[in-house]
Amino acid sequence: MKAIFASVIGFGLAFLPAVAPAQAAVDIQQVTSDKGITAWLVEDYTVPIISIRFAFEGGSTQDPVGKEGLAQLMSGLFDEGAGDLGRTEFQEELDQSGAEMSFDAGPDAFYGSMRMLAEDRAEAFRLLELAVNQPRFDAEPLARIRAQMVAGIQARANDPETEASIAWANAIYGDHPYARQDEGTPETLATITRDDLRELHRDLFARDNLVVSVVGAIDAQTLKAELDRVFGSLPEAPDVGDVQRVEPKLDQQISLPFEIPQATLRLAYPGIERDDPQFFAAYLMNHILGGGTFSSRLFDEVREKRGLAYGIGSSLVNRDYSSALMIGTSTRADRAEETLGVIRDVIKRMAEEGPTEQELRDAKDYVVGAYAINNLDTSSAIARTLVQLQIEDLGIDYIDRRGDLIEAVTLEDVKAVAKRLLSAEPAIMIVGPTVSFDKG
Amino acid sequence: MLVALAVGLSPLPFTVATVAAQTPAAAETEQKKSDAEISSFFLDNGLQVVVIPDHRSPVVTHMLWYKVGSADEAPGKSGIAHFFEHLMFKGTKNHAPGEFSRRVSEIGGQENAFTSNDYTAYFQQVSPDALETMMSYEADRMHNLILTDDVIGPERNVILEERGSRVESEPGALLGEEMDATLYQNHPYRIPVIGWMHEIEKLNREDAIDFYQRYYAPNNAVLIVAGDVDAENVKRLGEATYGKVPRGPELPPRVRPTEPEQNTRRTVSMPDPRVSVPSVRKAWVVPSYTTAEPGEAEALDLLSEILGGGPRSRAYEALVVKEGIASGVGAYYQSDALDATAFQVYASPRGAATIDDVEKAMDAEIARIVADGVTPDELEQAKKRYVRSLIFARDSQSGMARIYGSTLTTGGTIKDIEEWPDRIEAVTTEQVQDVARRYLDQSRSVTGYLLPAEGERS
Repeated sequence: MKAIFASVIGFGLAFLPAVAPAQAAVDIQQVTSDKGITAWLVEDYTVPIISIRFAFEGGSTQDPVGKEGLAQLMSGLFDEGAGDLGRTEFQEELDQSGAEMSFDAGPDAFYGSMRMLAEDRAEAFRLLELAVNQPRFDAEPLARIRAQMVAGIQARANDPETEASIAWANAIYGDHPYARQDEGTPETLATITRDDLRELHRDLFARDNLVVSVVGAIDAQTLKAELDRVFGSLPEAPDVGDVQRVEPKLDQQISLPFEIPQATLRLAYPGIERDDPQFFAAYLMNHILGGGTFSSRLFDEVREKRGLAYGIGSSLVNRDYSSALMIGTSTRADRAEETLGVIRDVIKRMAEEGPTEQELRDAKDYVVGAYAINNLDTSSAIARTLVQLQIEDLGIDYIDRRGDLIEAVTLEDVKAVAKRLLSAEPAIMIVGPTVSFDKG
Repeated sequence: MLVALAVGLSPLPFTVATVAAQTPAAAETEQKKSDAEISSFFLDNGLQVVVIPDHRSPVVTHMLWYKVGSADEAPGKSGIAHFFEHLMFKGTKNHAPGEFSRRVSEIGGQENAFTSNDYTAYFQQVSPDALETMMSYEADRMHNLILTDDVIGPERNVILEERGSRVESEPGALLGEEMDATLYQNHPYRIPVIGWMHEIEKLNREDAIDFYQRYYAPNNAVLIVAGDVDAENVKRLGEATYGKVPRGPELPPRVRPTEPEQNTRRTVSMPDPRVSVPSVRKAWVVPSYTTAEPGEAEALDLLSEILGGGPRSRAYEALVVKEGIASGVGAYYQSDALDATAFQVYASPRGAATIDDVEKAMDAEIARIVADGVTPDELEQAKKRYVRSLIFARDSQSGMARIYGSTLTTGGTIKDIEEWPDRIEAVTTEQVQDVARRYLDQSRSVTGYLLPAEGERS
């Protein structure tokens, strides 16, 4: 019964990741250990498991030039030996303890997660302590994980979508680190040494840039001790380099010719900062435009009325040093131009007229009500959400406040922000048989 | 590799995959009888209802499963089950097109649907006070759908685009289709769930109406309600909504064409300019939980875990860690099927190694299990991982709903789910060796090669 969902295909709309949250029934405690490690804790004993998630701010943007892929490579090596345990011993003990451990590197932060059975807590946290403090980066795992990354890069090399992603990132972000592929290239990966890994680990893994959240069958007192055990010996301050802000380069057309049956369209408009007073107005506007439901304007015009695409969506992309509003779809090559025209008409109408009162009402109801379902439906999801709230510095009472922030948005606010973001001439990319651009 | 079999929509980073894809793919079964509060009952019209209480958050998952999938389609009508899934989002006698979706969206709910070879399911996740509304809409579209050419035409175009995105744009998915078409010589699992392009293009209103009238009825469905609810309430609401839908025609047993004895070793090769690193997969027809002799399916589950279930599996240890000839390797048993199903292994070479090297090494690992069996220690660890995953599975409401729904629509029972951990525990090393010997026979396998464009095979 393990692999039950493999051949299932879904109805298909892409549900977009929610940028921001609201109402829910989680009781968050702030716990600070003796050594000063702070975590957000949600105690729940219904299921005898514990989920921990943490992040060190500073991710693949910290990869040195010429060593792109370093952070991602490092993320693959934490369960490959630590302390005096080699790869095999570490994995055996991890398996015996019934815990699952994973690390991953995003552009702006380096994440770790562990899910364990409550009864095997001590053993699981001991292994996490080893991984966090004393990763070995042995030669064999380093060579193997690097080879797997290289194979992955090579496997995607001739894929039009991959070329499109690379071209898009370069066009939008220029020479900023956000233009780089997080996994690097075979050439940059080849230069990475054990010393590079040790250096990045030393620079990133520190207490000042750490956020932690824990959900499940554990009380505050016990957690304090575990926090000190896992993170208490890390250095105080990280050594991360400055990252410059970058405005996405708009008003450009990129055409990547490929003889493929479907064309892919991407558009980028200006985004909005997370702490901008108009953020929620923009969030609601985006939801109405192309957010993750079956009733957005783009979904309705492109898919429902015309059957031009299987999926279409827009989203606010908020990174630490850049923001954008992005739209994407794949469509029949011979109707790509028509699809682009429909998208631009929808955008134009939103920029000029904004949404209706009813659309705004529905959007508010949705984004308030959907928060718990999208962000708080499993222990791991709650832990993930609470880490993100801490990274974005939104406050421990944010979930309670969010509903009011959303309700306070007026129709005039949304109209203003629609004009502000969508009046710009966007960056547009078409991947597929060549089509002409209509500046409409 | 396996990604090719799994769900996945747009490769764009900002249009993430479907909800179906986000559910933990390796979810497991449920708790022991002692602490089970899970209940099941039937309405008078034959609808089976299963209630899985979970009071941790004010959310309920409402999931309706129909016992019909692509393998039930009439010849020449491939894709109709999936096409129909899309049509269920159109209007009914009582509600305008899109109204149900708008309602779900207004209350902040999530919804989606999915189709497999053997079942089709629809779900919403909402707050508990909206459950009755969801039930009434879902019951309404079970019986009152309006199917006009105006809704069929554009939706067929959507499906053709879906096939374009999921299959035509993915060389791995194309090879997967060809392998299934070769592996199953007679059984309809050989036909892709989404359908063949030339047949999808011809699906029409009559096909949709026939399909609806035949299969969409309470006595051919299972309702799973998981979350912040109790059985009594669900029963009351169920009777007030689904209970009003008339019983449908009695359907004959789902007897599909069966596989003949397979006696050949077949090869499928697909060169594609979009492929730069080759890979190999090998597949066999094996019993599913529904068709297996007692203990066989459990043994196949554990065999897949020991052989290729993760970084501690034999294949990973040998090919990836020790010999360093593969970048990835694994095994996969699609156990939940109404009829005989597939067991697959796959590998991709690394560095100077060739596709032949990894295939030979994989074959050698299988031969070693056939000859020498597995150790009691390995078996114990694999069992422990399986049983432990049951506890983790309880963390996900929709995951639990899927376990019950997929089991009950592929010939299993609630008792099967409850007893599953005990049956896993009972598997012996001899049984694992035995299923490996009996089923992973090279002389009746299908091997698939995904290759760079012609002439570049290394």
